[in-house]
Amino acid sequence: MTRPIIELRNVHKYYGDYHALRGITADIGAGEFFSLLGPSGCGKTTLLRAIAGFEDISSGAILIDHREMEGVPPNKRPTNMVFQSYAIFPHLSVAQNVGFGLRRSPMSGEEKRKAVAEALEMVGLGGYGARAAHALSGGQRQRVALARALILKPKVLLLDEPLSALDKKMREQMQHELRRLQRQVGITFILVTHDQEEALIMSDRIAVMFEGSVAQLTDPQTLYRRPATRRVGEFIGMMNFLPAKLSGETSGGAMVEVAGLGTAELLSDQIPEGRAREGSIGVRPESLTILHEGQTAPREANAEVVERTYYGDMTYYDVRPEGVDGTVSVSMRNMPGRRVSEPGERVRLAWDPAAMVFFP
Amino acid sequence: MGRLMRTDGARGLALVSPPLLYAILMLAAPLLMIVLTSFWTQNFMEIDRSFTLANYREAFTDPLYRTLMLRSLRISGLVTLVTVLTAFPIAYFVSFHVAPERKSLWLFLITIPFWTSYLIRVFLWRVILAFDGPVNGTLIGLGIIDQPLSFILYNANAVIITLAHAFAPFAILPIFVSLERIDRSLLEAARDLGESTAMTFLRVTLPLAAPGVLAAILIVFIPTIGDYVTPRLVGGSGGTMIANMIYAQIFDLNDRPMGATLAVCAMAVVGTIAVALILLSRRWTRTGG
Amino acid sequence: MTGKRVLTAYAVLYLLFLYAPIVLLPLFAFNDGTVIAFPLRGFTLEWFEELTRTAALHQATLNSLVIASSTSVLATCLGMFAARAGARFRFPGKGGILGFIMLPLVLPEIIVAISLLVVLLQLGLSLSIWTVVAGHVLICTPFAVAILNGSFAGLDRSLEEAAVDLGETPLSTFRLVTLPLVTPGIVASLLICFTISLDEFIIAFFLSGNQPTLPVYLWSQLRFPGRLPIIFALGTILVCLSVGLLVAAEIFRRRGLRKAGLKDTGGFL
Repeated sequence: MTRPIIELRNVHKYYGDYHALRGITADIGAGEFFSLLGPSGCGKTTLLRAIAGFEDISSGAILIDHREMEGVPPNKRPTNMVFQSYAIFPHLSVAQNVGFGLRRSPMSGEEKRKAVAEALEMVGLGGYGARAAHALSGGQRQRVALARALILKPKVLLLDEPLSALDKKMREQMQHELRRLQRQVGITFILVTHDQEEALIMSDRIAVMFEGSVAQLTDPQTLYRRPATRRVGEFIGMMNFLPAKLSGETSGGAMVEVAGLGTAELLSDQIPEGRAREGSIGVRPESLTILHEGQTAPREANAEVVERTYYGDMTYYDVRPEGVDGTVSVSMRNMPGRRVSEPGERVRLAWDPAAMVFFP
Repeated sequence: MGRLMRTDGARGLALVSPPLLYAILMLAAPLLMIVLTSFWTQNFMEIDRSFTLANYREAFTDPLYRTLMLRSLRISGLVTLVTVLTAFPIAYFVSFHVAPERKSLWLFLITIPFWTSYLIRVFLWRVILAFDGPVNGTLIGLGIIDQPLSFILYNANAVIITLAHAFAPFAILPIFVSLERIDRSLLEAARDLGESTAMTFLRVTLPLAAPGVLAAILIVFIPTIGDYVTPRLVGGSGGTMIANMIYAQIFDLNDRPMGATLAVCAMAVVGTIAVALILLSRRWTRTGG
Repeated sequence: MTGKRVLTAYAVLYLLFLYAPIVLLPLFAFNDGTVIAFPLRGFTLEWFEELTRTAALHQATLNSLVIASSTSVLATCLGMFAARAGARFRFPGKGGILGFIMLPLVLPEIIVAISLLVVLLQLGLSLSIWTVVAGHVLICTPFAVAILNGSFAGLDRSLEEAAVDLGETPLSTFRLVTLPLVTPGIVASLLICFTISLDEFIIAFFLSGNQPTLPVYLWSQLRFPGRLPIIFALGTILVCLSVGLLVAAEIFRRRGLRKAGLKDTGGFL
């Protein structure tokens, strides 16, 4: 991380008896694309609005650019926000919306007009300035909201679920465009989202939040490969869990005995939550492989196919390893010439301890 | 902002205080004053401020007051019945059979007469219902009757017709609103589950419109019981209501405490009936599921 | 679809019933005869000319205009406070407080009139157009609140937050964002309150003392059969004025909805 632009110091927020933020401490770096990810009600929007100044905090501190923000109203903070509903002023034109925040700037009228035109150009709405705001489509409103916030060159741009109102195609397009825009302007973006895929695609770093606390704060790859808790693992993508026992420490970690698969060594970063003896291992569906005829692997286990779901590019299998009650999910890329296994078939499963995490 | 935002409740109270203070000063305080006055007595030009229940005793024992109160209740009840029954089909028509973009035009048409001078409208009913008015004129002209109808003016019937006209929009609007809130797919579901149009109306539409009907009943019943102009202009002696007596006590007989007592009685009766209706409807909706 | 046809016919008849008195009004206002009965006698403008010669009427008109203007401004201001508080804030006793402010809507007017009268007499204050204004503001405020509620509740809170976020103070946000978006509602409220006050009789009757309003003057003239055609002429003017004001209010209300990009959900109430 580069030098921090936002420092959150043990931030607490109560609504009456309800403890909405439970001691958030984090640094967000300058120029970073940072996501707050979590299910609804986890406090991510409250945290974002607290940074913007729309919510006061009960205790702790928020520093922006090393300045304590206590008592600083939203209009005096170096942040700007893209609202979930976009909050486009319906009584103003597109250009008036984008130029709204320039009213108090010392720029001349001509300079302001130029700045508005440039901002519109930047979000791909060049020439739309004279349009009435209420005549815009969802995607266009989103772009106006972005231009309106970015024209003020804030130190931090806050985005509150900005893509949730768009349809799937538009959303995917905007994800890439937001990423491009962020790199282009170099401003810190803080995105609030409940969509884990969106967070993985766009972010430099992600803070996963549950019940007002940060459960894990790291980059997308680590988050996916090494979830810090079972709950994070379940929330990000799909994860199988198999009963497991730790049996004896080794120099780099510990030996683990996984029900239905076998025994192998896990490194200490694969055992994030301490060394309870009993627990389970988590493994992603794509980290298990069904071996076809003649194929071999360093670690194999016998299993039976229970269910098969075909997705076109992928096939998902529910398989039951020998000696286990439940099933695990295995995803296989469909390649030309590869046979699709059927329910009831006995197969060999290849597994790799490097792709596993142990949870107590 | 900042820490100030925590006192959201205080800011709301501060904001609402001007209209609230006005209502307390101009409504609550005067109503309290009326209640107080009702326990006093008038001695010629002086008001005796010693507490007494004499006015209430008189209000409950004097047959004149009782007759007037019962007649007011009966007339208001009938007005409410007639108004709500005739208004429901209109609300239903506008909600279910008028194209969405023309609904507000219909509502506008329905509300316009309400906004024109009440006094003039009531007086015009006197003209319409008169012996030589257009109603009798038309009926005689068509040969349906040979003598002008005498039972339509200067009695309770005339009061009912006139008030039903005056309060029509008050009944239509709440019913319309509750009908508009009904999810149309519920009606389709009822049809899909085998009910006829009529039974769908009875089992789905009507129960869901009940809150609107109740609001309509209250909003017509409460003000009509205190109406002064209509009984005075078209009611004759048989259509006099409690408000006329209250007026007479205060201005003609110069007995303010007695007028106040009658006003308090009227409010109490109306209030009791309104609360009873609301409680009754709550019980229905609860047992009805 | 016979059901629909029956309903349509009923609706048309109902509208006739609603409009019957208003349609009669101009008929007799232009009728060349002092007896209010059919058949009509012929066209005349005499009754309208008579209006211009009645000094008492002019004074009553002036009184009514002063009362209606003051009432509409005061009631709309109070209505804005209540509507804003109701749409934006949660505060203890909210339902009860707002319900109490709306209470005059259902209270019999005679109760409001008497209680105010008794207090004023008790306080020894003399009756004037200002006592009428006090009463009219009380009964107009609920209508103002009802109309303005639509404007304030339809206002997306994030619009105001966005303005603050873009550097405006709460005060300039109100001026630049809130006010333009609720202006049509304010205009509609002013017009409606003006209309109600102009037409209101009972409170004016009780509280106007020797400064009659138009309806009070009208009432005093109802006793004289010879004056009836003049009353009809006056009534015609009043009704035209009311309808004109209402159409204006409706146009403003719709413009407001369009401006805010909202769908029309129906009438005033």
